[in-house]
Amino acid sequence: MSHVGIVLISHSSKVVEGIKDIIRQVVHDVPVEVAGGTDDNDIGTSVEKVQGAIERAYSEKGVLLFFDLGSARMNAEVAIELSEYDNIKIADVPLLEGSYVGAVESGMGKSLEEVLESAKSVLNPNH
Amino acid sequence: MELQVQHALNWIEKTNEKIQTNKDYLSALDRAIGDGDHGLNMARGFQEAVGKTTSSSYTSVSDIFKDVAMTLMSKVGGASGPLYGTAFLKMSMAVKGEDSVSHERFTKGVEEAINGIIQRGKAKEGDKTLLDVWTPVLRMLQEQSDFEADSLENTAKSAMESTKDVMAIKGRAAYLKERSIGHLDPGSVSSYYLFASLAEVLKEGE
Repeated sequence: MSHVGIVLISHSSKVVEGIKDIIRQVVHDVPVEVAGGTDDNDIGTSVEKVQGAIERAYSEKGVLLFFDLGSARMNAEVAIELSEYDNIKIADVPLLEGSYVGAVESGMGKSLEEVLESAKSVLNPNH
Repeated sequence: MELQVQHALNWIEKTNEKIQTNKDYLSALDRAIGDGDHGLNMARGFQEAVGKTTSSSYTSVSDIFKDVAMTLMSKVGGASGPLYGTAFLKMSMAVKGEDSVSHERFTKGVEEAINGIIQRGKAKEGDKTLLDVWTPVLRMLQEQSDFEADSLENTAKSAMESTKDVMAIKGRAAYLKERSIGHLDPGSVSSYYLFASLAEVLKEGE
Protein backbone atom coordinates (compact mmCIF):
# COMPACT_ATOMS: atom_id res chain seq x y z
CA MET A 1 0.00 0.00 0.00
CA SER A 2 1.39 3.41 -0.92
CA HIS A 3 0.96 6.46 1.29
CA VAL A 4 0.59 10.18 0.81
CA GLY A 5 4.08 11.62 1.25
CA ILE A 6 4.73 14.31 3.87
CA VAL A 7 7.24 17.14 3.33
CA LEU A 8 8.23 19.41 6.22
CA ILE A 9 9.57 22.87 5.29
CA SER A 10 11.10 25.16 7.90
CA HIS A 11 13.59 27.99 8.19
CA SER A 12 15.57 25.72 10.51
CA SER A 13 16.75 22.17 9.79
CA LYS A 14 16.59 21.45 13.54
CA VAL A 15 12.87 22.24 13.59
CA VAL A 16 11.98 19.78 10.83
CA GLU A 17 14.38 17.10 12.03
CA GLY A 18 12.77 17.33 15.47
CA ILE A 19 9.25 17.13 14.07
CA LYS A 20 10.24 14.16 11.94
CA ASP A 21 11.53 12.40 15.09
CA ILE A 22 8.19 13.02 16.81
CA ILE A 23 6.27 11.63 13.82
CA ARG A 24 8.57 8.61 13.43
CA GLN A 25 7.86 7.57 17.00
CA VAL A 26 4.37 6.54 15.87
CA VAL A 27 4.29 6.50 12.05
CA HIS A 28 6.75 4.24 10.24
CA ASP A 29 5.46 3.48 6.74
CA VAL A 30 4.75 7.01 5.50
CA PRO A 31 7.44 8.86 3.54
CA VAL A 32 8.41 11.90 5.65
CA GLU A 33 11.04 14.16 4.11
CA VAL A 34 12.48 17.45 5.34
CA ALA A 35 13.57 20.71 3.70
CA GLY A 36 15.07 22.80 6.51
CA GLY A 37 17.28 25.88 6.17
CA THR A 38 19.04 27.32 3.14
CA ASP A 39 21.46 25.56 0.78
CA ASP A 40 24.24 26.66 3.19
CA ASN A 41 22.20 25.44 6.18
CA ASP A 42 21.64 28.97 7.41
CA ILE A 43 18.22 30.11 8.64
CA GLY A 44 15.92 30.39 5.61
CA THR A 45 14.39 28.11 3.02
CA SER A 46 15.56 26.67 -0.28
CA VAL A 47 13.40 25.85 -3.25
CA GLU A 48 15.95 23.22 -4.29
CA LYS A 49 15.66 21.48 -0.93
CA VAL A 50 11.88 21.51 -1.24
CA GLN A 51 12.08 20.05 -4.77
CA GLY A 52 14.40 17.30 -3.53
CA ALA A 53 12.15 16.47 -0.59
CA ILE A 54 9.11 16.24 -2.90
CA GLU A 55 10.97 13.81 -5.18
CA ARG A 56 11.96 11.60 -2.24
CA ALA A 57 8.51 11.66 -0.62
CA TYR A 58 6.55 11.15 -3.83
CA SER A 59 4.12 8.28 -4.31
CA GLU A 60 1.23 8.00 -6.75
CA LYS A 61 -1.03 9.11 -3.90
CA GLY A 62 0.64 12.50 -3.91
CA VAL A 63 2.51 14.68 -1.45
CA LEU A 64 1.35 17.16 1.19
CA LEU A 65 3.66 20.06 2.09
CA PHE A 66 3.77 21.70 5.52
CA PHE A 67 5.58 25.03 6.14
CA ASP A 68 6.42 27.45 8.94
CA LEU A 69 6.84 31.14 7.96
CA GLY A 70 6.97 33.58 5.02
CA SER A 71 9.42 32.33 2.43
CA ALA A 72 8.71 28.69 3.35
CA ARG A 73 5.25 28.94 1.84
CA MET A 74 6.45 30.90 -1.18
CA ASN A 75 9.20 28.40 -1.93
CA ALA A 76 6.69 25.56 -1.49
CA GLU A 77 4.52 27.20 -4.16
CA VAL A 78 7.49 27.72 -6.49
CA ALA A 79 8.54 24.07 -6.07
CA ILE A 80 5.03 22.88 -6.97
CA GLU A 81 4.92 25.13 -10.04
CA LEU A 82 8.32 23.82 -11.18
CA SER A 83 7.36 20.17 -10.63
CA GLU A 84 5.62 17.98 -13.18
CA TYR A 85 3.23 16.42 -10.66
CA ASP A 86 -0.35 17.59 -10.27
CA ASN A 87 -1.09 15.83 -6.98
CA ILE A 88 0.92 17.99 -4.59
CA LYS A 89 -0.81 20.29 -2.13
CA ILE A 90 0.14 22.75 0.60
CA ALA A 91 -1.45 22.49 4.05
CA ASP A 92 -1.99 25.95 5.55
CA VAL A 93 -1.94 24.69 9.14
CA PRO A 94 0.43 24.75 12.14
CA LEU A 95 3.57 22.86 11.05
CA LEU A 96 4.00 20.49 14.01
CA GLU A 97 0.39 19.65 14.85
CA GLY A 98 -0.75 19.56 11.23
CA SER A 99 2.02 17.33 9.93
CA TYR A 100 1.69 14.94 12.88
CA VAL A 101 -2.05 14.46 12.28
CA GLY A 102 -1.46 14.32 8.52
CA ALA A 103 1.19 11.61 8.86
CA VAL A 104 -1.07 9.51 11.10
CA GLU A 105 -3.93 9.77 8.58
CA SER A 106 -1.59 8.99 5.69
CA GLY A 107 -0.48 5.87 7.59
CA MET A 108 -4.11 4.69 7.49
CA GLY A 109 -3.98 4.76 3.71
CA LYS A 110 -6.12 7.88 3.28
CA SER A 111 -6.17 9.98 0.10
CA LEU A 112 -4.40 13.31 -0.34
CA GLU A 113 -7.67 15.23 0.14
CA GLU A 114 -8.54 13.26 3.27
CA VAL A 115 -5.10 13.79 4.77
CA LEU A 116 -5.34 17.52 4.03
CA GLU A 117 -8.78 17.76 5.67
CA SER A 118 -7.56 15.96 8.78
CA ALA A 119 -4.54 18.24 9.03
CA LYS A 120 -6.85 21.26 8.85
CA SER A 121 -8.91 19.87 11.74
CA VAL A 122 -6.09 20.69 14.18
CA LEU A 123 -7.21 24.32 13.91
CA ASN A 124 -10.56 23.26 15.37
CA PRO A 125 -9.88 20.85 18.24
CA ASN A 126 -13.60 20.36 19.00
CA HIS A 127 -14.34 18.75 15.61
CA MET B 1 15.51 53.93 -26.72
CA GLU B 2 15.14 50.17 -26.39
CA LEU B 3 16.80 47.91 -23.81
CA GLN B 4 19.45 45.77 -25.46
CA VAL B 5 21.22 42.72 -24.05
CA GLN B 6 24.15 44.86 -22.87
CA HIS B 7 21.79 47.26 -21.05
CA ALA B 8 20.15 44.37 -19.21
CA LEU B 9 23.56 42.97 -18.21
CA ASN B 10 24.65 46.41 -16.96
CA TRP B 11 21.39 46.75 -15.05
CA ILE B 12 22.01 43.55 -13.09
CA GLU B 13 25.65 44.49 -12.45
CA LYS B 14 24.82 47.98 -11.20
CA THR B 15 22.07 46.59 -8.97
CA ASN B 16 24.54 44.14 -7.51
CA GLU B 17 27.06 46.94 -6.87
CA LYS B 18 24.49 49.00 -4.97
CA ILE B 19 23.36 45.99 -2.95
CA GLN B 20 26.94 45.00 -2.06
CA THR B 21 27.72 48.60 -1.04
CA ASN B 22 24.56 48.85 1.08
CA LYS B 23 24.48 45.27 2.36
CA ASP B 24 24.91 46.24 6.02
CA TYR B 25 22.42 49.11 5.70
CA LEU B 26 19.76 46.76 4.28
CA SER B 27 20.34 44.25 7.06
CA ALA B 28 20.19 47.02 9.69
CA LEU B 29 16.82 48.17 8.30
CA ASP B 30 15.64 44.56 8.42
CA ARG B 31 16.91 44.05 12.00
CA ALA B 32 14.66 46.92 13.10
CA ILE B 33 11.42 45.33 11.89
CA GLY B 34 12.24 41.90 10.44
CA ASP B 35 14.69 39.03 10.74
CA GLY B 36 17.79 41.03 9.83
CA ASP B 37 18.98 39.04 6.85
CA HIS B 38 17.78 41.11 3.88
CA GLY B 39 21.18 42.62 3.06
CA LEU B 40 23.02 39.33 3.36
CA ASN B 41 20.39 37.43 1.35
CA MET B 42 20.18 40.00 -1.44
CA ALA B 43 23.98 40.36 -1.57
CA ARG B 44 24.40 36.59 -1.92
CA GLY B 45 21.62 36.31 -4.51
CA PHE B 46 22.74 39.16 -6.76
CA GLN B 47 26.42 38.19 -6.49
CA GLU B 48 25.45 34.72 -7.76
CA ALA B 49 23.20 36.26 -10.43
CA VAL B 50 26.06 38.43 -11.74
CA GLY B 51 28.36 35.42 -11.60
CA LYS B 52 25.88 33.63 -13.86
CA THR B 53 25.22 36.50 -16.30
CA THR B 54 28.88 37.49 -16.71
CA SER B 55 29.95 33.91 -17.44
CA SER B 56 27.20 33.30 -20.03
CA SER B 57 26.58 34.73 -23.48
CA TYR B 58 23.14 36.00 -24.40
CA THR B 59 21.16 36.86 -27.50
CA SER B 60 18.02 38.05 -25.69
CA VAL B 61 17.08 40.13 -22.67
CA SER B 62 14.51 37.47 -21.80
CA ASP B 63 17.21 34.84 -21.22
CA ILE B 64 19.13 37.19 -18.92
CA PHE B 65 16.04 37.83 -16.80
CA LYS B 66 15.33 34.11 -16.67
CA ASP B 67 18.83 33.26 -15.39
CA VAL B 68 18.57 36.04 -12.81
CA ALA B 69 15.16 34.71 -11.72
CA MET B 70 16.32 31.12 -11.27
CA THR B 71 19.49 32.20 -9.43
CA LEU B 72 17.62 34.47 -7.02
CA MET B 73 15.02 31.79 -6.29
CA SER B 74 17.62 29.19 -5.40
CA LYS B 75 20.24 31.38 -3.66
CA VAL B 76 18.52 34.10 -1.64
CA GLY B 77 17.01 32.01 1.18
CA GLY B 78 14.51 34.56 2.52
CA ALA B 79 11.18 35.72 1.12
CA SER B 80 12.96 38.08 -1.29
CA GLY B 81 14.19 35.02 -3.23
CA PRO B 82 10.80 33.80 -4.44
CA LEU B 83 9.49 37.39 -4.70
CA TYR B 84 12.31 38.92 -6.79
CA GLY B 85 12.72 35.57 -8.58
CA THR B 86 9.06 35.54 -9.58
CA ALA B 87 9.29 39.19 -10.67
CA PHE B 88 12.23 38.49 -13.00
CA LEU B 89 10.63 35.28 -14.28
CA LYS B 90 7.43 37.16 -15.22
CA MET B 91 9.46 39.95 -16.87
CA SER B 92 11.42 37.30 -18.77
CA MET B 93 8.19 35.79 -20.10
CA ALA B 94 6.75 39.22 -21.01
CA VAL B 95 9.76 40.20 -23.16
CA LYS B 96 10.31 36.77 -24.70
CA GLY B 97 10.76 36.71 -28.47
CA GLU B 98 12.14 40.26 -28.68
CA ASP B 99 15.81 40.99 -29.45
CA SER B 100 15.53 44.30 -27.61
CA VAL B 101 12.84 45.58 -25.29
CA SER B 102 10.71 48.64 -26.06
CA HIS B 103 9.34 50.95 -23.37
CA GLU B 104 5.89 49.53 -24.00
CA ARG B 105 7.07 45.94 -23.65
CA PHE B 106 9.11 46.71 -20.55
CA THR B 107 6.06 48.36 -18.97
CA LYS B 108 4.09 45.20 -19.68
CA GLY B 109 6.91 43.22 -18.05
CA VAL B 110 6.75 45.30 -14.87
CA GLU B 111 2.97 44.84 -14.78
CA GLU B 112 3.36 41.06 -15.08
CA ALA B 113 6.10 41.11 -12.43
CA ILE B 114 3.76 42.91 -10.03
CA ASN B 115 1.01 40.36 -10.70
CA GLY B 116 3.52 37.63 -9.90
CA ILE B 117 4.63 39.34 -6.69
CA ILE B 118 0.99 39.72 -5.61
CA GLN B 119 0.22 36.08 -6.38
CA ARG B 120 3.31 34.91 -4.50
CA GLY B 121 3.18 37.17 -1.46
CA LYS B 122 -0.58 37.82 -1.20
CA ALA B 123 0.22 41.48 -0.48
CA LYS B 124 -1.19 44.68 -1.96
CA GLU B 125 0.09 48.22 -2.34
CA GLY B 126 0.28 49.94 1.05
CA ASP B 127 1.17 46.80 3.01
CA LYS B 128 4.77 48.04 3.46
CA THR B 129 6.34 45.60 1.00
CA LEU B 130 8.35 45.96 -2.20
CA LEU B 131 5.04 46.49 -4.03
CA ASP B 132 5.01 50.00 -2.55
CA VAL B 133 7.90 50.84 -4.91
CA TRP B 134 7.02 48.60 -7.87
CA THR B 135 3.42 49.85 -8.20
CA PRO B 136 4.17 53.62 -8.34
CA VAL B 137 6.97 52.82 -10.82
CA LEU B 138 4.48 50.94 -13.00
CA ARG B 139 2.02 53.87 -12.89
CA MET B 140 4.81 56.22 -13.94
CA LEU B 141 5.84 53.92 -16.81
CA GLN B 142 2.24 53.68 -17.98
CA GLU B 143 1.93 57.49 -18.10
CA GLN B 144 4.97 57.83 -20.36
CA SER B 145 5.70 56.68 -23.88
CA ASP B 146 9.49 56.40 -23.59
CA PHE B 147 12.08 55.67 -20.88
CA GLU B 148 12.78 58.70 -18.68
CA ALA B 149 15.69 58.06 -16.36
CA ASP B 150 15.16 60.97 -13.97
CA SER B 151 11.49 60.34 -13.32
CA LEU B 152 12.20 56.63 -12.83
CA GLU B 153 14.84 57.42 -10.20
CA ASN B 154 12.68 60.08 -8.52
CA THR B 155 9.51 57.99 -8.48
CA ALA B 156 11.27 54.96 -7.01
CA LYS B 157 13.06 57.09 -4.42
CA SER B 158 10.01 58.96 -3.12
CA ALA B 159 7.98 55.73 -3.10
CA MET B 160 10.72 54.03 -1.07
CA GLU B 161 10.91 56.95 1.39
CA SER B 162 7.14 56.99 1.92
CA THR B 163 7.18 53.40 3.28
CA LYS B 164 8.62 54.83 6.51
CA ASP B 165 5.31 56.17 7.84
CA VAL B 166 3.30 53.06 6.96
CA MET B 167 2.31 50.18 9.25
CA ALA B 168 3.27 46.76 7.90
CA ILE B 169 0.42 44.42 6.93
CA LYS B 170 2.52 41.70 5.25
CA GLY B 171 5.90 40.15 5.90
CA ARG B 172 7.78 39.58 9.14
CA ALA B 173 7.30 43.27 10.08
CA ALA B 174 3.51 42.75 10.22
CA TYR B 175 3.91 40.91 13.54
CA LEU B 176 5.13 44.20 15.04
CA LYS B 177 1.97 46.10 14.02
CA GLU B 178 2.32 49.83 15.09
CA ARG B 179 5.96 49.25 16.03
CA SER B 180 6.75 48.90 12.30
CA ILE B 181 5.86 52.58 11.74
CA GLY B 182 8.86 54.90 11.50
CA HIS B 183 11.10 52.40 9.72
CA LEU B 184 11.76 52.06 5.99
CA ASP B 185 10.69 48.78 4.40
CA PRO B 186 13.91 46.92 3.48
CA GLY B 187 12.36 45.31 0.38
CA SER B 188 11.30 48.73 -0.87
CA VAL B 189 14.85 50.02 -0.37
CA SER B 190 16.35 47.14 -2.37
CA SER B 191 13.69 47.70 -5.05
CA TYR B 192 14.74 51.35 -5.15
CA TYR B 193 18.34 50.22 -5.81
CA LEU B 194 17.03 48.05 -8.66
CA PHE B 195 15.18 50.90 -10.38
CA ALA B 196 17.87 53.50 -9.60
CA SER B 197 20.34 51.17 -11.34
CA LEU B 198 18.07 50.94 -14.35
CA ALA B 199 17.87 54.75 -14.43
CA GLU B 200 21.69 54.90 -14.53
CA VAL B 201 21.78 52.41 -17.40
CA LEU B 202 19.20 54.48 -19.29
CA LYS B 203 21.25 57.66 -18.78
CA GLU B 204 24.39 56.00 -20.11
CA GLY B 205 22.43 54.71 -23.09
CA GLU B 206 21.05 58.10 -24.10
